[in-house]
Amino acid sequence: MVDQSIASLAKKLRAKEISSVELTQDYLARIKQLDGQLNSFITVTDEVALAQAEAADKLIAAGSTSALAGIPIAHKDLFCTNGILTTCASKMLYNFVPPYESTVTGRMLASGAVTLGKTNMDEFAMGSSNENSHFGAVKNPWNLDKVPGGSSGGSAAAVAAGLCVAATGTDTGGSIRQPASFCGISGLKPTYGRVSRFGMIAYASSLDQAGPMARSAEDCAHILQSIAGFDANDSTCSDVATEDYTANLDSPLDGLTIGLPKEYFGDGLDNGVATVIQDAVKEFEKLGAKVKEISLPNLNLSIPSYYVIAPSEASSNLSRFDGVRYGYRCEEPKDLMDMYKRSRGEGFGKEVQKRIMVGTYALSEGYYDAYYLKAQRIRRLIKEDFVKAFEEVDVIMGPVAPTTAFGIGAKTDDPIAMYLEDIYTLSINLAGIPAMSIPAGFADGMPVGLQIMGNYFTEAKLLNVAHKFQQATDWHTKTPSLAEGA
Amino acid sequence: MSLEKQDVLKIAHLARLALDDNDAEQYQHSLTSVLDLVEQMQSVDTNGVEPLSHPLEAKQRLRDDVVTEDNRREAFLANAPQTEAGLFLVPKVID
Repeated sequence: MVDQSIASLAKKLRAKEISSVELTQDYLARIKQLDGQLNSFITVTDEVALAQAEAADKLIAAGSTSALAGIPIAHKDLFCTNGILTTCASKMLYNFVPPYESTVTGRMLASGAVTLGKTNMDEFAMGSSNENSHFGAVKNPWNLDKVPGGSSGGSAAAVAAGLCVAATGTDTGGSIRQPASFCGISGLKPTYGRVSRFGMIAYASSLDQAGPMARSAEDCAHILQSIAGFDANDSTCSDVATEDYTANLDSPLDGLTIGLPKEYFGDGLDNGVATVIQDAVKEFEKLGAKVKEISLPNLNLSIPSYYVIAPSEASSNLSRFDGVRYGYRCEEPKDLMDMYKRSRGEGFGKEVQKRIMVGTYALSEGYYDAYYLKAQRIRRLIKEDFVKAFEEVDVIMGPVAPTTAFGIGAKTDDPIAMYLEDIYTLSINLAGIPAMSIPAGFADGMPVGLQIMGNYFTEAKLLNVAHKFQQATDWHTKTPSLAEGA
Repeated sequence: MSLEKQDVLKIAHLARLALDDNDAEQYQHSLTSVLDLVEQMQSVDTNGVEPLSHPLEAKQRLRDDVVTEDNRREAFLANAPQTEAGLFLVPKVID
């Protein structure tokens, strides 16, 4: 049953070829057998999953039409799940059991999805390699010596290895798209505000957005249908009406105008990756699309702008972790200040502390205008580049990352080099537009993702474009071969 | 832009992070690298460009000032390191 789409599993569940309980048992067994090699799960929720599967079987028997009913999925360990440990891959939250449910996980539960567990990630979603986890690095299922990408690396590795049908992720600067690219799966970062952030542990609130990670664009569409839409509990969640995300997946692409930003194909882009992207664009031309060269002149500024805005918002968001109400508290604090400082000094990992300090500095007296406000002015320039581009083109395409997955430990000594790798993804979050990564081929044996960017609230169009490519190619059906029981 | 160790200790204090000497030296180096990276912003002319704080420039939505949540004191206290008599317990603040 592994490697099957949500739609085909939904059909089998209704034809009684398999029950959700059996399907869930299959996946739980696979996790036990294979995840020792990957470390993609922080928590596996066997009992919860089987109880949910039993309930889903009843829902299906009663005639539920929800595509997700009975489908075993996993959640990034950043979504609060009522009564289930939620760590954000941090020592700070090693024992945190949320007393409430995030909107995303709650809506998927209401759709009948079965939760297999919570996936590993970079601590507080800060990182591009999944090496910054209190629970250890995640391995890439295509090559266990390489990183799966980050920060949603556990979700990407688990989907790629067939340990769950699909998973949720979050994307603040590329954290859905880059691991999707590195692990050869499909991932969608929706428009800012399309999906509620309620119950997501916040990193950078003006950039954070949740989205689906799955084997295909069609599977992503089913999940987006469940999680998208207005939520009164998130004051930044949009009330723009949602669309039917599966209705137009098969619409022809005749006349579609694809913009290729010249800045996405310059110095620093690996030749193998460039070739894969160029071939993918040719495939779209065969499908009736036209190509136009465009320019996003401020792309380079997305790195400094992001690395001021995100840490600034993080320094504010993470001030809530003070050892008082939840999470880690240091041993025998001398006084209140000692408790704050040692709980945070011992509870947060190095990358998290670094970003908190960058943000604290950028927001401190005398520096606010030069850093935070300056970064926000540049953010507007970056957004305007996209607004202008979308007057001429329907979608924009390019690589997700300059290279394929790099070696574990290869960039840990040079964090700035790791930041520079985010060059093709950060601007999308700063502008707030939606973007996908879909498998488009391989370079040196590792998967390469094609990035498809769209105008605000055009998720249905992006999914249609991605789906047509997946109907014409079979890159998304490739799976890594993991030695069983190793 | 180069930070002194004293600067790092001051930032760490503002951020309520306990650092030992070794940490402070490491952060002196790594924070300086990040500040160097973001320095290129200063060469960009942004005169007359308004800061963008929300990608869709949405205004803060307000709701009616009514009680919408139940009191779940026990559930919220359950995650706290130390509680007493329905309150969060912290080290003594006033002598």
